[in-house]
Amino acid sequence: MYDQSFLEKFRETKAQFDSKLDAQNQKRPERQAEFSTDAGMSIKTVYTPDNNSGLNYDKDLGLPGSYPFTRGVQPNMYRGRYWTMRQYAGFGSAEETNNRFHYLLEQGQTGLSVAFDLPTQIGYDSDQSISRGEVGKVGVAIDSLKDMETLLAGLPMDKVSTSMTINAPAAVLLAMYVTVAEKQGVTPDKLNGTIQNDILKEYVARGTYIFPPGPSMRLITDIFKYCAKNIPSWNTISISGYHIREAGSTAVQEVAFTLADGIAYVKAAIDAGLDVDEFAPRLSFFFNAHLNFFEEVAKFRAARRLWARIMKERFGAKNPKSLMLRFHTQTAGCTLTAQQPDVNIMRVAYQALSAVLGGTQSLHTNSRDEALALPSEHSVLIALRTQQVVGYEIGVADTVDPLGGSFFVENLTNEIEAGAAKYIEKIDEMGGAPQAIEYMQKEIHSSAYRYQQDIESGKKAVIGVNQFLMEEPKPEGLLRVDPTVGERQSASLAKVKAQRDNNKVQALLGDLRKAAGTDENLMPFIIAAVKEYATLGEICGVLREEFGEYKQQIVF
Amino acid sequence: MSNNTIRVLVAKPGLDGHDRGAKVIAQALRDAGMEVIYTGLRQTPEQIVEAALQEDVKVVALSSLSGAHLHLFPPVVEGLRQRGAADILVVGGGVIPDEDIPELKQAGIKDVFGPGTTTAKVIEFIRDNVK
Repeated sequence: MYDQSFLEKFRETKAQFDSKLDAQNQKRPERQAEFSTDAGMSIKTVYTPDNNSGLNYDKDLGLPGSYPFTRGVQPNMYRGRYWTMRQYAGFGSAEETNNRFHYLLEQGQTGLSVAFDLPTQIGYDSDQSISRGEVGKVGVAIDSLKDMETLLAGLPMDKVSTSMTINAPAAVLLAMYVTVAEKQGVTPDKLNGTIQNDILKEYVARGTYIFPPGPSMRLITDIFKYCAKNIPSWNTISISGYHIREAGSTAVQEVAFTLADGIAYVKAAIDAGLDVDEFAPRLSFFFNAHLNFFEEVAKFRAARRLWARIMKERFGAKNPKSLMLRFHTQTAGCTLTAQQPDVNIMRVAYQALSAVLGGTQSLHTNSRDEALALPSEHSVLIALRTQQVVGYEIGVADTVDPLGGSFFVENLTNEIEAGAAKYIEKIDEMGGAPQAIEYMQKEIHSSAYRYQQDIESGKKAVIGVNQFLMEEPKPEGLLRVDPTVGERQSASLAKVKAQRDNNKVQALLGDLRKAAGTDENLMPFIIAAVKEYATLGEICGVLREEFGEYKQQIVF
Repeated sequence: MSNNTIRVLVAKPGLDGHDRGAKVIAQALRDAGMEVIYTGLRQTPEQIVEAALQEDVKVVALSSLSGAHLHLFPPVVEGLRQRGAADILVVGGGVIPDEDIPELKQAGIKDVFGPGTTTAKVIEFIRDNVK
């Protein structure tokens, strides 16, 4: 980016600076012998043009809205429209969660994000014995279309976009969503939203898998195909690094493993007969915003550039939308402390800022009390207000990619991209992400262990945990999920089963079973069953019998 | 205890998929010289009891971050008791509200370790309390 004569002259100046620096360090040594990012990339005292001498502006940065999209996916970014402020929410019954959604929209939230309870995420109904104690705990319990109708009651489905954190049974929840919309008079082509639908990271880091990789990938490509024809604005997958990072990975591993998973989905869809530009524009991503501020900003930029290059060079995508890495961000739950929980508000604010400076399309800000319980309404409000301050008050949304061109951030962006590319190469050699699940788990676990050791040795400061400790009163006002939700949910499910046409349900489940053994698209069969109030547990039960279940390898 | 290696079962009861903490603890206990077996995800209390007996462990360390601990931890202690293994030390960890700790202790969970606990503290507790 700089001409040779400038650089030569500059190097002389820099040499003088270096001797001055040495003298200074003799007199007053630096705080640490070495500085490094959380991913272990070494950090210099100062960054200069010489650290970016290989950077080619057109090739590596370009303008926002243009390849390789390092600076953002739209030309005007937040000058046009703020990121979508989307708080992940769900607990108890559909009715309680519906109330929380209405509250959040009244407070200026601009999109919905549904958290489902674990039985729902793993394809069990609330009345199954395995669901005992888990119903409504980490999200809302959805057993049948009836619950989905309650969940979405009074919400403008043609206007609000909805993200659903649902993976193994994503097809079933999407079928329910589309069916409720139809009942509200909203046709599928008007629907906006996202299903997470990212099974690979469930195997690697999150744990809500059901079926083995083969049939899971088939369900995913069935959804890609179905949506391309019928729900064109739907984001068919949210390829997620968030949980990989929460499980302990570094920023570099987060980018690498997420994009490696993305590559596997693109390959699977092409193998299933789709044209890359037919489905790739609807792929979306989901990243974590962790604590190491500049590393995080650089991570988002590096991920965008690397994905654009992969899509263009490896898969020959031509539609610019296929090359754009659009992503949601959530602040890092694992960085929140149970000690001095109000301090978490500050952590979340800086993390949110890094996501915005990194060009996120939507953002969830965590609540201060999440190391203790599901967030209370008041804590969620503070979290939402935190991102509103970032957007409305501090001016960071007024120009695009304000850190672009920073000597340090560009250098970090390069290093993260290079580090991630190296991992992806290794995963390619192993045959791709589906073959590298245990490898990724091992890498994540070693990083998690190192992180914990760094906290315990004091190398990594955590206010309230190993620095600035104090006596404090027990936290008050925590959310407690109504312990009767499991019984209430089972009772209402029994009512649904008594009122529906059970012969019809059985026939439709039979049709689904037959189709599962062919290569027909399963979406229409699932939609037909859902419409007659076949339950999530029944539909997943049929598929469990046909597909078998995933068995996790134990790695640590 | 020095000539007697402590065997520990680290277990994930219920449907919760958060196993970062469980695996970090497992590794730390192993590095501290203990023999550690990790069950993996989605274990029922019955499976955990069975594994504890099969593996002849002295300690069962349960981890849950999904809020189902009151349903999942006590049956493990009860199951061990019924199978004549009441001497096995059972501890718990995860996102567990303070107000639930007395009930868990009443049920025989020896102690509960929340977010921010050091692995050193857990190691020390196990060494001090294993029979």
